Amino acid sequence: MTGDVVKASMASERGFFPTELFARWGVWVALAALLLVLPLVFKSGTALTMMSLMGIAIVFALSYNMLLGQTGMLSFGHAVYYGLGAYLVVHAINIVTAQRLPIPLPLMPLIGGLSGLFFGILFGWVSTKRSGTAFAMISLGLAELVGSSSLILRGFFGGEEGVTTNRAKLLRVFDWNFGPQIQVYYLIAFWCLLCMYLMYKITRTPLGRMCNATRDNAERVQFVGYNPQVVRFLAFCLSGFFAGIAGGLAAINFEIANSALFSAVQSGNVLLATFIGGAGFFFGPVIGAVLVSYLQVMLSDLTEVWQLYFGLMFIAVVMFAPQGLAGLIMMHATLVKRGTLMKVLPSYLVSFIPALAMTAGLILIIEMLFRISVKEGEALVIRPLGLNMPPTSPVLWGVALVLLIGGGFLFRMTWPMVSNAWGRATSEGAAA
Amino acid sequence: MSVSEIELKGLKKSFGPTEVIRGIDLSVVKGERHAIIGPNGAGKSTLFGLVSGLLKPTSGAIMLKGQDITPLPPHLINRRGLSRSFQVTNIFHRMSVWENVRCGVLWSIGQRYRFWRDVDSSPEANERTERILTDFNLIDRKDVLAGVLTYAEQRALEIAITVAGGADVILLDEPTAGMSRHETDRAVDLIRKVSEGRTLMIVEHDMSVIFGLADRISVLVYGAIIATGTPDQIRNDPKVKEAYLGQEAH
Ligand SMILES: Nc1ncnc2c1ncn2[C@@H]1O[C@H](COP(=O)(O)OP(=O)(O)OP(=O)(O)O)[C@@H](O)[C@H]1O
Ligand SMILES: [Mg+2]
Repeated sequence: MTGDVVKASMASERGFFPTELFARWGVWVALAALLLVLPLVFKSGTALTMMSLMGIAIVFALSYNMLLGQTGMLSFGHAVYYGLGAYLVVHAINIVTAQRLPIPLPLMPLIGGLSGLFFGILFGWVSTKRSGTAFAMISLGLAELVGSSSLILRGFFGGEEGVTTNRAKLLRVFDWNFGPQIQVYYLIAFWCLLCMYLMYKITRTPLGRMCNATRDNAERVQFVGYNPQVVRFLAFCLSGFFAGIAGGLAAINFEIANSALFSAVQSGNVLLATFIGGAGFFFGPVIGAVLVSYLQVMLSDLTEVWQLYFGLMFIAVVMFAPQGLAGLIMMHATLVKRGTLMKVLPSYLVSFIPALAMTAGLILIIEMLFRISVKEGEALVIRPLGLNMPPTSPVLWGVALVLLIGGGFLFRMTWPMVSNAWGRATSEGAAA
Repeated sequence: MSVSEIELKGLKKSFGPTEVIRGIDLSVVKGERHAIIGPNGAGKSTLFGLVSGLLKPTSGAIMLKGQDITPLPPHLINRRGLSRSFQVTNIFHRMSVWENVRCGVLWSIGQRYRFWRDVDSSPEANERTERILTDFNLIDRKDVLAGVLTYAEQRALEIAITVAGGADVILLDEPTAGMSRHETDRAVDLIRKVSEGRTLMIVEHDMSVIFGLADRISVLVYGAIIATGTPDQIRNDPKVKEAYLGQEAH
């Protein structure tokens, strides 16, 4: 094996940023500037809503990755801490408003964090005694438990409808009442940046390193003086804290907390986002959260079966890019560093066209089947192409099959080109 | 007289119906290098498992520095100054060589479970890690992921992690297994150096290593110690010759 190919490139490793002042703060200052400027570039209401959702999703996915990527704990119930954080923040806002307490809205996410921490301690105490499959199963059980309590404890959880609130009635800061979405965006952006910074710093502490060690080899951790159960427990509590902050931000954004927030779907989504982004890299979940939030909004506008595409995408990532998008980016960053990126790009272009054709064929077939079986033969309309045809049209089926099969065939033919080019780009780079 | 650093009293271990350790009494003196030899399957690794807390004995007691450690879990035994390596390499594969060794250092310098201070802000941790990596000739490989090291390098890292915390009792389970002659010689020099002033228990199959390194040797056959003594005593012990050295004559 070529050792230097796999140099410690993970974000959790030493030497990701040099320690000089600029390098230390440069990334964070740039990120802050980006978050500040984004709403000036993307001004529409939809964009603002979307970016707010992304900010929340980033915090949630990063908190999840403290477990999955950093400590090697697969949780199926992370939305519990997100949802409970949201509920407590909604109640807190209502109490603060009713009692006219002098607490401004921007501090409210902290209440979400503390609730997440509290339940993290409570449930973590039970579940982190175990690792691996047993831990995953317990997390699932706890999620069921909280989900069903939400239907029983109606006073607190508000039953099916949930609990609503009004974020604009609290003590004002700088004359902001946080009614307009832009003000909420900045509130979320601030907390998002702060949480990203803190979670990144935590990976670089003694506990952060021992989390990685526990992920790699929990047995050996015991023989360097650490108790892996304590490591897992602390990781779980901290991750609950940040999930609670994300939940609090969601509560402020939606002005409602309902049981959908801690549903299995929510727990599944954060797993998908983290995995698609790349659990092995600190910034992986950030990419995943941004992409998944974007797709959720955009795809659900375009098609009713968007969850199916979502699932297909997940399967594709698991099969073809198990390191996630961040893994792909890092692989190409290595090529850029070596100056051999141009060796692979032409082959990508050649392979891209059949891949596109194949995907288009697949989408057509899925949409036609969906219309035939569920929508009683409703016409298939693709406005940009001026297409409006019944889903049983033989022409359409012909086109779809040709695209799928022809594209698939050509893709298989051109794929060796890509892998050969890749081989050349990496080996020549190593020799140079 | 000299003090017992490790003392085993009537130690027994069964896996289900099979008794693997069949009553061991042994005293390892402070500062000595004590080798355990014996044929395959004699129970040497099981014995190390018991002493380090990985396994719980069926009966008997284990004393470390005069205190009973029998019921303690491995991490508490480690914090009392006993550290061990493994026969099958047992490292942190997805972390760099540097991080591997630093993980071995962190608890011993009081970093505990801190999550509010940067690990790089501890000069002591970094200095010790650097010194150990230099000793083990791994300093040039410090940024490489442990999982992609060569086999011999991984074996060296295994021992480096073990001694990183500065434990004064060290257990090495076949540290040179699978190494070439040359690599073995270098590893033995290192082991001699790092065990200076500490108590060492070592399992080895390589007789030249044992006779060159050990102050005393115990011969473990079928879960029982049949002889303990200096290398010369062991070499000339008829029981040992019959049971062990005879069949594995080099
Ligand atoms: N967890 C276990 N469960 C059941 N039997 C075990 C277990 N561990 C070890 N044994 C058995 O105990 C005996 C002693 O094993 P051990 O690994 O201690 O031998 P060893 O002296 O270290 O041998 P080697 O020189 O091959 O390393 C073997 O027969 C082995 O099969
Ligand atoms: Mg063994």
